[in-house]
Amino acid sequence: MGSRASSLLREEDIEEIKKETGFSHSQITRLYSRFHSLDKGENGALSREDFQRIPELAINPLGDRIINAFFPEGEDQVNFRGFMRTLAHFRPVEDNEKNKHLDASEPLNSRSNKLLFAFRLYDLDRDDKISRDELLQVLRMMVGVNISDEQLGSIADRTIQEADTNGDMCISFSEFIKVLEKVDVEQKMSIRFLH
Amino acid sequence: MLAVSFLLLVTVAGEAAADLYLTESLPPELALSALPVTTPTAHHQSEYNQPASARSVRSAEEPATTTDNGESSHHGGGYKIVQWEWSYVQTPYTIAMWLLVASFAKILFHFSQRFTTVVPESCILILIGLTLGGVVLITNKVPLYQLDPGLFFLFLLPTIVGDAGYFMPARLFFDNLGAILMYAVVGTLWNAFCTGFCLYGMKLAGVIDQKVEGGLMEFLLFGALISAVDPVAVLAVFEEVHVNETLFIIVFGESLLNDAVTVVLYKVYISFVAVGPGNVLTADYFKGVASFLIVSIGGTLVGLIFAVILAFTTRFTKKVRIIEPLFVFLLVYLAYLTAELFSLSAILSLTFCGIGCNKYVEANISQKSRTTVKYTMKTLASIAETIIFIFLGISAVDKSKWAWDTGLVSCTLIFIFVFRAMGVVGQTWFLNWFRLVPLDKIDQVVMSYGGLRGAVAFALVVLLDENHVKGKDYFVATTIVVVFFTVMFQGLTIKPLVGWLKVPRGTKRKPTINEEIYERAFDHILTAVEDIAGLNGYHHWRDKWEQFDKNYLSKLLMRKSVYRKSELWEAYQKINIRDAISVIDQGGNVLTSARLSLPSMASRTSFPEATNVTNYLRENGSGVCLDLQGIDTLPSAKVEEETETHHVLAGNLYKPRRRYHQAHYSRHFMTVGDQERQDREVFQRNMRSRLESFKSTRYKRHKKDRSQKKRRGSDVKERDQEANDKPRRNVSWQDKDPVAVPIEPEESKGEHSEPEKEEDMGITFVARKAPETPKERPKSVPAALEGCQSPSAVPPSPTCAERNLPWKSGLGTSPVCVSMEATKIIPIDLQQAWNQSMSSLESLSSPPVLAEPLHPRVSALSRLGGPIRPLSSLMPTTGISAGESSTPVPNPATGEFRFPAGEEEESALSHQQQEMQPLMSSVRPPPTPPPPPAQGSARRRNPCVYLRNLVTTPPGNEPYSRGPTQL
Repeated sequence: MGSRASSLLREEDIEEIKKETGFSHSQITRLYSRFHSLDKGENGALSREDFQRIPELAINPLGDRIINAFFPEGEDQVNFRGFMRTLAHFRPVEDNEKNKHLDASEPLNSRSNKLLFAFRLYDLDRDDKISRDELLQVLRMMVGVNISDEQLGSIADRTIQEADTNGDMCISFSEFIKVLEKVDVEQKMSIRFLH
Repeated sequence: MLAVSFLLLVTVAGEAAADLYLTESLPPELALSALPVTTPTAHHQSEYNQPASARSVRSAEEPATTTDNGESSHHGGGYKIVQWEWSYVQTPYTIAMWLLVASFAKILFHFSQRFTTVVPESCILILIGLTLGGVVLITNKVPLYQLDPGLFFLFLLPTIVGDAGYFMPARLFFDNLGAILMYAVVGTLWNAFCTGFCLYGMKLAGVIDQKVEGGLMEFLLFGALISAVDPVAVLAVFEEVHVNETLFIIVFGESLLNDAVTVVLYKVYISFVAVGPGNVLTADYFKGVASFLIVSIGGTLVGLIFAVILAFTTRFTKKVRIIEPLFVFLLVYLAYLTAELFSLSAILSLTFCGIGCNKYVEANISQKSRTTVKYTMKTLASIAETIIFIFLGISAVDKSKWAWDTGLVSCTLIFIFVFRAMGVVGQTWFLNWFRLVPLDKIDQVVMSYGGLRGAVAFALVVLLDENHVKGKDYFVATTIVVVFFTVMFQGLTIKPLVGWLKVPRGTKRKPTINEEIYERAFDHILTAVEDIAGLNGYHHWRDKWEQFDKNYLSKLLMRKSVYRKSELWEAYQKINIRDAISVIDQGGNVLTSARLSLPSMASRTSFPEATNVTNYLRENGSGVCLDLQGIDTLPSAKVEEETETHHVLAGNLYKPRRRYHQAHYSRHFMTVGDQERQDREVFQRNMRSRLESFKSTRYKRHKKDRSQKKRRGSDVKERDQEANDKPRRNVSWQDKDPVAVPIEPEESKGEHSEPEKEEDMGITFVARKAPETPKERPKSVPAALEGCQSPSAVPPSPTCAERNLPWKSGLGTSPVCVSMEATKIIPIDLQQAWNQSMSSLESLSSPPVLAEPLHPRVSALSRLGGPIRPLSSLMPTTGISAGESSTPVPNPATGEFRFPAGEEEESALSHQQQEMQPLMSSVRPPPTPPPPPAQGSARRRNPCVYLRNLVTTPPGNEPYSRGPTQL
């Protein structure tokens, strides 16, 4: 599969993806073969079902939210390009990138992009604010059924109070960044892709 | 500097006072003889061969005893009112005095805040030791005390390492295990060999004086013992520096794990030196390698075995709470001694025993025992550390042991520093290929500079046999200098260095609730992304381990009551106590307020006081921080524990009313009895949301298709028929009743058992009569459509039989292209559902899927209402390969269905369609005349029904429903 998969990938595609995402050539080929094996329809794009077929995701509390994050708004398919673009958020920040891209557009794996990814998981309506309801939804996903709504509500209230600086009872993205400013997001939102 | 001299003065004065105290209370003639009694070293050693814990206890008791003796006890002679019994109390008395002096010293120099921030404690302790040694030397002309290796290895070292191991932040440790192992093994070997060889080279070159006798083996031996980074020194210095956690854990972990390397090298060289380099056979080198493996792995195993024993023991100490801490100390200590007994790596054993047992022991023992364990360990470790450094200082004064050679000393200093730096740089370069967060240059500088040598090296060098190692005195002197240089000079300068290099510091603060929540979310995200990217990366394996831990280890090693009432409860109590303390700290009157006591009396909840305090804090104190760190003193080691506690807090904050607190987002706290609950819940939730999204996205479309469906109803019928009645394909439906009947009991049994298994899940599923299917059903059909329409290829399907009775087929026969992984990951009782749901997704080209993503309540209501809807609208679609849909055509009123098409249609069914049959079976309306068989067939699980069952509540009025069972 691997060799076939990689042969389906054209060099120029690889180059473009490389430029856009910062993945190395071998990483791209490797991930392409993964993409290919997920792609049961063999049409070069993944549907939600393709993702849902991954057994681990079924027991991941945020599984479906994460799956959704792979799909651009309003679309049901994601091609390899988009797939890689999403994965690129989780590429570790490398030393030389810290300075190199200062002038260029921000790389996908920058701190704020990583945070934005997480933020979007909460912010369903994309109004750049996490409302209490949206927070509650995610919390509900992450906790068990035995925590009552009331309890969860007070946790959500506290969370928002803690983060909210302008008193709108929502967490805006800038507040989100502020709350997590002491967290090593670069590390905690990165995984090591095989070389 | 002023402060230093002042402190020294005070300390000396204190010591002098102590001596004075002795002398004053003695009759003059006895005073002279009393001190010399302590002189013989043999005697002296024996006096320290008391268990460390015993010693500290004695220190408290001793004064009283002495007074007694002094006053009136011991009626040996009738005429003596006061008797001097120095020899009787000498041993414990001396020990107690030493501890007292050490403790006073700590008090003294902590008077000056500014001073202690600049000078590490270890430096001051060594200076004190030097002073004391000097005083003793001057007064007695003979050095009295020395750091005795036996004492050091048997009592002092285990207390420090035990403390470190037990409170080791496990997650951080294992996060960096690769790097730690690399530095510990490769780095230490590199240091040892290079230092040894180069020193020998220097000797040959004449830089080192010829007086320093020794061949290659001696120098290699010296290189081995001098090259190991010392845990005591590292702990002492780094704890005050507060570098970031990762850096700390790497250096400290290395210092612990390199013990195996040091021990083996040391032993191997000793034996080589003993037999003489000429007699060493090649095989001996291989034995050395084998020995390393045995010593390290064996040591680790011993530690883990004791960890299991300890954790298991604490399961049963409920009735003897008072000795719980004793078990911890004894078994941890025994782990160390046992490893020593078999000459395995005792430090490894102790470290892994501590890491391994911590989680379970903490869960099992009571809050008080936890506090006891914590404070006793800290006290012992602190005292041991103090003694070690003081004795190091004192030992240095012993002039008889000194044999100075400038060449050797300076070469050693240079080499250990240079090779350490080279080793770190080289290994880091290699490691950075694999590390998620590469160690940058600053980290490397700190790691090189943090390679402190300490008491272990000193004890080892003192242990050398002078007969075999001629240059021992030179080596001892050099070791002392190296230890002093690294601990004092590097220890002093590392803080400014760290500041100057702007090394990221560790933070002590506790995570806020936001951080708790988001970081937990990050974990989920990363795990998911790894799964999507198909990487079996770190998160993947950690997940695996947590599953294993949850399923087996915790079950074995934790109290039933703990996973019933849960660690959560314990942890919750912990938080409450801390909250209570913080309340008191912020104004004690709070506790007396009526508000606090009232609720607990009013409600008989299981968490009265908990609720009250936290609620009180929440309501009244916007300024009150729930995270107040009430009693924690050692942040670095406690971070992990605290974090977990806070997860509980975040998950279960505020009046958890029920007994089971489960499945908040921390997997660490999965209670064992409910082990799979979280998975189940999440699974169900996910499945529900998937179905809901199917529903919403396809609803409109479905309407359009409806008319089409009706036309196709006949097809469906046929297939249903077939599914239920394979053997007799061409028989009309009436005929099959007799067949269905025998099947039914099994089916219902199967189903009945399910809800019981999942009793506590909050979601019920129940066998359901087809005619009672709720109105909402049509909405669910789109779900099926969605599944069906995606153009992917149909994977090989299982046989009809398997599908027909999916619950009968074992795991091995689970259909479709679900990898075997799935069966490992998904909880066993959900595997069926998973497989089926997957199969429904898989069989995209044609299968009808009936899904019913209803809110449980809605569906329950609708069912209870019991309107029998026209089944035509209820029927899902079939054979939808190209987006077509078909409609089953049941007869609504009677529950019969029409069979418009004849048997000929049946025969036309493709094989594929047949495979899909089971999917339809549940929606097939039952033949009216004999209801039981109908129910039976309706109860057949096809994926969607299963899914629906997962997400809906059962109708209450069905013969087979057990009423909504809370799962």
